[in-house]
Amino acid sequence: MIEITINGDPHKIRADQNLVELLQDLKLDPTKVAVERNLEIVPKTTYQDVKIITGDRLEIVHFIGGGK
Amino acid sequence: MGVENNMMEQTNDTFNIAGTDFTSRLIVGTGKYKDFEETARAVAASGAEIVTVAIRRVNVTDPTQPMLVDYLDPKKYTYLPNTAGCFTADDAIRTLRLAREAGGWNLVKLEVLGDQKTLYPDMIETLHAVEVLIGDDFDVMVYCSDDPIMAKRLEDLGCCAIMPLGAPIGSGLGIQNPVQIRLIVEQAKVPVLVDAGVGTASDAAVAMELGCDGVLMNTAIAEARHPVAMARAMKLAVEAGRAAYYAGRMPKKLYADPSSPLAGLI
Repeated sequence: MIEITINGDPHKIRADQNLVELLQDLKLDPTKVAVERNLEIVPKTTYQDVKIITGDRLEIVHFIGGGK
Repeated sequence: MGVENNMMEQTNDTFNIAGTDFTSRLIVGTGKYKDFEETARAVAASGAEIVTVAIRRVNVTDPTQPMLVDYLDPKKYTYLPNTAGCFTADDAIRTLRLAREAGGWNLVKLEVLGDQKTLYPDMIETLHAVEVLIGDDFDVMVYCSDDPIMAKRLEDLGCCAIMPLGAPIGSGLGIQNPVQIRLIVEQAKVPVLVDAGVGTASDAAVAMELGCDGVLMNTAIAEARHPVAMARAMKLAVEAGRAAYYAGRMPKKLYADPSSPLAGLI
């Protein structure tokens, strides 16, 4: 297990996962979210290639209702 | 006289934002509704083709919560990500970069706020953010003060729509400075939309009668007693205001002017 930060909270996850696998574990649809890793946007096309390592700080966001 | 003919026939009165033609001149926000079902019904009743959305963290502990995209199809509506709640240029830029990755489109609405109490835009931060976003190939619709000089600066920087406030966000006070809005409309070569301040249908009609290309609103619909009914009222008001603008109102006079002929009076 490794420890990372997701949306500001600590999480323990399996080691050796890429971003697609992590999103699957979190039950999140990759087509409906965007991910920032250590303050850099991760392009959707590269999720498969991004290995999650100890200490990574992820922001996972989506569209919600909002006006102003 | 194409425009007049089109107006009389009520066809083809489209406006163009960043290369895309839109028929509805009403843009609606998707916040503050009771639930997603009410959101979807109000948006449908408004006839809007563009909806504003916010970007927020997903709930990692409960990923099964319903999502907006399940109720408002992004293929049917143009999602306009906006930076509501951002108080610095950096926060707004970061939010819109995430939005672009989440949705895959370049059209965004920028707003950088300067004060919690008034939610008045911070135009210095807004200008900084516009420069970066335009350089990064975003199509930027920009929320701004109703200052014509600032509006011109934003247009010169390359914004694809100028969106001055009619009154503070969520206030429902109506168009407070019609002269300023009109000055901005007259000088602009890109669409001008009143963004914020509309409270009821007549406010939306006033904005359109001033010659605005459209109106953006959220609270006026979402916090009406019957949001879906108000959505329809706003649709009609925007259409009526637009039609009246092109029809050209009669001149105002100080004294009465009878509309029945005086000749032949008994």
